[in-house]
Amino acid sequence: MKSLEELKEIRQKTLDKINMRKEDKEEAVRVVVGMATCGIAAGARPVMIAFIEECAKRGLRHVQVTQTGCIGLCQHEPMADVIIPGMEKVTYIKLTPEKARRIVLEHIVNGRPIAEYAIGSQEDA
Amino acid sequence: MELFRSHVLVCGGTGCTSSGSDLIIEQFEKQLADHDLENEIKVIRTGCFGLCEAGPVVIVYPEGTFYSHVKPADVKEIVEEHLLKGRVVRRLVYAEKGEHPDAGKPLDEISFYKHQTRVALRNCGVIDPENIDEYIAFDGYMALAKCLTEMSPQEVIDHIKAANLRGRGGGGFPAGNKWQFAANSKADKKYVICNADEGDPGAFMDRSVLEGDPHSVLEAMAICGYAIGSDEGYIYVRAEYPIAVERLKTAIKQAREYGLLGKNILGSDFSFDINLRLGAGAFVCGEETALMASIEGKRGEPKPKPPFPAVSGLFAKPTNINNVETYANVPPIINKGIEWFHSMGTERSPGTKVFALGGKINNTGLVEVPMGTPLRTVIYDIGGGIPKNKKFKAVQTGGPSGGCIPASLLDVPIEYDSLIEIGSMMGSGGMVVMDEDNCMVDIARFFLDFTVEESCGKCTPCRLGTKRMLEILNRIVEGKGEDGDIERLERLARTISSSSLCGLGQTAPNPVLSTLRYFRDEYEAHIYEKRCPAHHCKSLVHLEITEDCRGCTACARVCPVGAISGDVRQQHHIDIDKCTKCLSCIEKCRFNAIIKV
Repeated sequence: MKSLEELKEIRQKTLDKINMRKEDKEEAVRVVVGMATCGIAAGARPVMIAFIEECAKRGLRHVQVTQTGCIGLCQHEPMADVIIPGMEKVTYIKLTPEKARRIVLEHIVNGRPIAEYAIGSQEDA
Repeated sequence: MELFRSHVLVCGGTGCTSSGSDLIIEQFEKQLADHDLENEIKVIRTGCFGLCEAGPVVIVYPEGTFYSHVKPADVKEIVEEHLLKGRVVRRLVYAEKGEHPDAGKPLDEISFYKHQTRVALRNCGVIDPENIDEYIAFDGYMALAKCLTEMSPQEVIDHIKAANLRGRGGGGFPAGNKWQFAANSKADKKYVICNADEGDPGAFMDRSVLEGDPHSVLEAMAICGYAIGSDEGYIYVRAEYPIAVERLKTAIKQAREYGLLGKNILGSDFSFDINLRLGAGAFVCGEETALMASIEGKRGEPKPKPPFPAVSGLFAKPTNINNVETYANVPPIINKGIEWFHSMGTERSPGTKVFALGGKINNTGLVEVPMGTPLRTVIYDIGGGIPKNKKFKAVQTGGPSGGCIPASLLDVPIEYDSLIEIGSMMGSGGMVVMDEDNCMVDIARFFLDFTVEESCGKCTPCRLGTKRMLEILNRIVEGKGEDGDIERLERLARTISSSSLCGLGQTAPNPVLSTLRYFRDEYEAHIYEKRCPAHHCKSLVHLEITEDCRGCTACARVCPVGAISGDVRQQHHIDIDKCTKCLSCIEKCRFNAIIKV
């Protein structure tokens, strides 16, 4: 390493990976994937991995992907909540890896929830 | 996949390692592989979290769930429940006394951490100490970069001076002034030394910094080298700290690979490299001149000062020597500035201090508090008080050089000057808590026993004087104390502290003087009444069986010398001539019917 720039580059790169441990981390966007037996059986794991990969690809280090248990709507699994500070929580249902990638782009990056994947819209249909 | 969704931090400090954290890491890796999670979840071995009492400790991020007393067998449950399904394993979550585990408070709200301010320990338990990238991510080496690119050596010294960073090894000498003296000395070669020869009984602050955040010390030494014009540093660390030594080796290697140690650091014309020297564990080698003699390969004995190390130190070259914790404070002071540093602590002693809490206290471990925090906060709010509802008697600070502080002075703020005023000293930060069962004469005897053992023998007052004091103390605890012993102790103490060559001898009588000051009645009880008020000194107590005895015969069966007699279901009796006071009967008795009198 021969310059301050290189040092800063390493700093930034690693920070992306360990931001979750910082005390003064940016306010996090949380993606909570249902990972109970019903969720896993319906294919929640590929969905969660899609979320993580898509966030990594886009360098979204303020997004935490975590899991939760069964909330009782097993018929709608795989499900995930997207919680952005200052916005209403959106619960997405019957997800696939492709849908997950679109949610990252549309909802998390562009701030436009995808109504057609969300829970209310499909129940009405 | 580069980005992990969850990080599992397992404490790899000495405390948790000895209670099996290596096996826990192994189990995590195996379980994660079995569940095909190894690409999603990262396991990191960190430095000490401080709450050694609750070890082995595991923290799961991003939730920040704090698991304590984790056993290898628990790992499967954590992986299957928490990491796979997102259900926190409540029964393993750390809970404060009297609190339901469901509370599951976040880390910074647990009382043990709530009152702490972590500067020297900022990265301990947060980063992987064997990964330089993580240190860099937490602003590591930015202070060095700032010094090299924006500041002149004199500006660096002025900055440290203005911050009024005082030596954390115990003396409290301003580090900036030391740096200035070394910078003022003209020479073709200068050295920077880190004193990591932590020898006080019960102290492990420096070990934890080296284990948890070795790069912070390397960075600070390089900054010091830049400031005083040195290109070579030595870390003198105890060989009994194998984990610290290993991590230092790894850290030095990584820093060299990154060009943060070596020639032309960050493209500047400043070069600096660091060597490791392992000490064999002699207490006197914590004294700076003895330490340097030891690095030179000579016998570890102190030399008279002056000349001070800043003029003629290691290999007779100007040398700056600071303690581990002092160095660990340097990078944040450069990064965050003087005002930030002055916002913590007191006017005369800004910043924070790390203490190793031990002895009769619930939360043994490592704590870092702002200077000026009252002892009461450290012992009751952070330390969780005294176990078994016993009464607090005293706290010993400063190891063999320090003194005992009685309950009446618990509200004294902890800082260099106030502790000296009450006859103790900050020392490197060991804090041994004592309860009503501790005999203060015996405590003084214990520390003197230590200094007699560790005296290098070069100067007479220390070599012979401490030995004479120990003999008197031994007599007193054996019940053979004589009228005039207290005065003899005081006279010897004055002579030893005023005429010894180095700090070891000069401070060796402190434990005796401070216990005499606050617990003179205990000495008098031993000498004149042949009685130990704490019922601790074997020669001065005997055992008695009270009326609570149900005659179960358990004591008589366990007594190795057959001193207990009595019929079944009748009160037993101890023959005090035969009794060796091994106390096995007290341990065995289920009715608390055997007492010391």
